Amino acid sequence: MNRREKEEYLRKYSILKNKGKPFFPYAVGKDAAMACVVMIAIILMSLTFGAELGPKADPTTTTYVPRPEWYFFFLFELLRVIKPANFTPLATIGIPTICLILLFLLPFYDRNPERRPLRRPIATTAGILTIAAIAYLTYLGASAGSPTQIELKTPARYEAGALVAAQSGCLACHKFGENGNSGPGPNLSHIGARLPKQAIARTLINPTSPMPSYKDLPPEKFNELVNFLAQLK
Amino acid sequence: MSPRLPAPPIPDQLKSAPQRAGEGDGKKSALDHGVEAGVSAVDWIDERTSLSGGLRWMMFRKVPKGTNWFYTLGSATMFAFLSQAVTGVFLAMYYTPSATQAYESTRYITNEAFLGEFVRGMHKWGSTVMVILIFVHMARTFFFGAYKYPRELNWVIGVVLLVLTMTMSFTGYLLPFDQRSYWATIVGVNINGTGPIVGPYLSDFLRAGPEFGATTLSRFYAIHMLLVPGAIAALMGAHLYLVARLGTTAPPWIKAETSDELATDEV
Repeated sequence: MNRREKEEYLRKYSILKNKGKPFFPYAVGKDAAMACVVMIAIILMSLTFGAELGPKADPTTTTYVPRPEWYFFFLFELLRVIKPANFTPLATIGIPTICLILLFLLPFYDRNPERRPLRRPIATTAGILTIAAIAYLTYLGASAGSPTQIELKTPARYEAGALVAAQSGCLACHKFGENGNSGPGPNLSHIGARLPKQAIARTLINPTSPMPSYKDLPPEKFNELVNFLAQLK
Repeated sequence: MSPRLPAPPIPDQLKSAPQRAGEGDGKKSALDHGVEAGVSAVDWIDERTSLSGGLRWMMFRKVPKGTNWFYTLGSATMFAFLSQAVTGVFLAMYYTPSATQAYESTRYITNEAFLGEFVRGMHKWGSTVMVILIFVHMARTFFFGAYKYPRELNWVIGVVLLVLTMTMSFTGYLLPFDQRSYWATIVGVNINGTGPIVGPYLSDFLRAGPEFGATTLSRFYAIHMLLVPGAIAALMGAHLYLVARLGTTAPPWIKAETSDELATDEV
């Protein structure tokens, strides 16, 4: 904005301000009504959802796949959308940092004096696209399901094996129906149709890198896992 | 003798009618004495602090016409913060920030303390409400072009407040010390560590060392309940001062009519 535009804005604003109403009680009244709405919303959410407390933190578990609070889902999903390992810093730090800098400096690079949303097509479009991207990533994060649970129709005698698979971190790289991530490992929804039981067991003991070996699982858990995988047809 | 306080500009229908001549018996009721005592107490404070000038400046400034419900989002965010502060104080009365007792004290709050789960739920869900409100408030500012001259600095302060709010929820997430909060925090701190130059130092600072240890929890606790809330309160003060100083924006589609004849049919 140049000097003329600044003076023009201040002149128009002082006209609008002089025609306005005093902050107290008009704006204060609205703010108070809004504060009541916020208070009621918080109380209702607390009464409805409560505050659950999970099992105690155990630094020795190696299979727990954590999930952040929901409003960090969009940052968390960036990690999953950007797959290749050498781009990971880009997802964790690069993109968020650039977005934050752009957000900080917004008034300094957007020097257009126009304020009406429809007369600022670039800014308005960019804003809507940003909101849509955040909403989409949040939706992806929310619908990914719990990373330590496999929800499949499993015959009762194989359910123990499904639990072993879920708790051993298989979902981090494999998909089971709608559960888990679609990569880097192959989809295991129908693995039993493609590989015989012995081949599955051999792969678990001696896998292709980067998959870790599961030979250290207790023998009974290992057998449950193999039986569960072999019946996925 | 004492200076008269200016009457607030309340709507006419709410004002009490002035007393007519001959009405009343001349005696003062208990209520009148109470009002008088209140006025003189306020006068006593004002004579020594001159607060009323600032208060009048803050409260009786004009808000441009056309101001609508979107303009309550900022104060709603502040209110959510105040709710977090109050519930946080009550949680802090029972919480112990040590790796061995944190989970146990959270369990005590949730299951045994009077209204414990309710207050903890308010604190937990209050953070969600505050994050939503601060984002919507920012979207309003963005789409109305309210960050433009002369309010650029207030936008920058607002972005700092947004980052601090996210810091609050990140540090608060660890405190219950269950599996979920512990592992999410490990991942979050490791992600910080991948940052260029300052990343590893930031991670070491958060963990209080190269490994997640006994003092990490108290460090998160201190950041969560002393450092960041203090910064948020101070910056909110600056944010509000600038709002009062520069005035709230009018919605961008409201036109400023220079002549009063044109304006009358719009009001």
